[in-house]
Amino acid sequence: MTWVPIAQLQIEEAGGSDSCVASNGFCPDWIVENIDRYWSPLLEHVFLTVLPVAIGFAISMGLAILAHRRRWLTGPIIAVTGIFFAIPSVAAFFLLQPITGLGYTTAMVALVSYTLLIIFRNITTGLRNVPAETRDAALGQGLTERQVLFRVELPMAVPEIMAGLRIATSTTVGLAALAVFAGAGGLGSEILIDKRFKSNVIVAGGLAVLLAAAFDLLILAVQRLMTPWQRARA
Amino acid sequence: MSVTMAFLGDFGEAIQFIFQERESVSGGVQIGGIPELAAFGATHMIVSIAAIAIAAALAIPLALWLGHIGRGDFMATATSNVGRAVPSLALLAFFISFVGLGYTNVIAVLVLLAIPPLITNTYVGMRQVDRETVDAARGQGMTGMEIVRKVELPLALPSIFGGLRTSAVNVVATATIAPLANVQTLGEPIITPQTYGFVGQLGAAILVATITLIVDFIFSRLQRAVTPAGLKLAEPAARRHFSLPTKRRIKST
Repeated sequence: MTWVPIAQLQIEEAGGSDSCVASNGFCPDWIVENIDRYWSPLLEHVFLTVLPVAIGFAISMGLAILAHRRRWLTGPIIAVTGIFFAIPSVAAFFLLQPITGLGYTTAMVALVSYTLLIIFRNITTGLRNVPAETRDAALGQGLTERQVLFRVELPMAVPEIMAGLRIATSTTVGLAALAVFAGAGGLGSEILIDKRFKSNVIVAGGLAVLLAAAFDLLILAVQRLMTPWQRARA
Repeated sequence: MSVTMAFLGDFGEAIQFIFQERESVSGGVQIGGIPELAAFGATHMIVSIAAIAIAAALAIPLALWLGHIGRGDFMATATSNVGRAVPSLALLAFFISFVGLGYTNVIAVLVLLAIPPLITNTYVGMRQVDRETVDAARGQGMTGMEIVRKVELPLALPSIFGGLRTSAVNVVATATIAPLANVQTLGEPIITPQTYGFVGQLGAAILVATITLIVDFIFSRLQRAVTPAGLKLAEPAARRHFSLPTKRRIKST
């Protein structure tokens, strides 16, 4: 068994003999001096967010297109992804360990499984909200079913798809903080290293919140670029 | 029995941990078994139920009122965005370092986590009630309070229960990390592997996952039970909202 108990993670001495640090306070000086140690967990956190969302998006898109053709599949897909969505991530990180071991793979599988319900549902809703007249017009112009999907329906569903991506991304940033239980690092491991030290909690937790906000703005910007017609109307 | 358990490997051992006491990894104390895990489970349930009840008492009336007067798009969006952006672990650690350990703080964290889905779902549920239905009710001489009680609330109930479902699942899941704040929930074996070992962690994970799925199932049934017959034709999953509907949908409806 290769797992490392959390208690065995090295508890690093907070730098200096500063009284603020000794009392676990909020110490701007300490933060400025020690900010460097947070970059690599932050980078891990970025990977733990981007990869699961990207993989989850690919899977959900495939499932949504399948369910678009075969409507009866929608219910079962929502039921199964709903179960994935309900299993607590902390539990999933341990349930997967006998199969995928300790580390990134376990974290990835669990995090991907959480994104599915949210993204799938939003793509499906987006596709369904395309007005029937628009579809008919496209078919009338001689477009094939496939062309209608890729040139008309999916572009029109972009706002909803992007809304799903935003929800999935901010949720994943939060859940990735728990990936420390799968032995996958990230900002969560920094929080656990010293959860009583205010400066540490503020920096590690704050970076996670900022990361979620940054991703949100990024996806919003991409959405604006992808839907020029909405900008023109507004 | 033991043959099947051996076949199941770690999972078999973990299930044995749930049912049979054994000596701890570090030696000395007895761990696992039904009495200990039942005690953890009871704490888990008590903090979860308290948190959901408090959050519902605070969030639902507020969102009902905002939804009724039709103001609060910004607030509903903001709470759901902020609620998602703050990781549960960070929020708990924030409380541990700034406020302290113990039941009250754990429940406070869980309440904060439970509020956003309740506000979003209650608000969206109220706003999605057909304006013509409300106008018809008003035309029949109903007062504002009557419209809320007899028209808007029944039509919004499925959405409100969708919010309760999301909140309950989040709260029960997050109560797992409560032992970090010295509240011994079912997460205790997960947080203290030096005593419980991987088998204990896995056993606790199995219990937490099972309980959450049961909670999810119960709330999905409740959601169905409170859905007015006329709404049952609509797609059930559409009655659980993770955010406000995108602009285009509001316009088209």
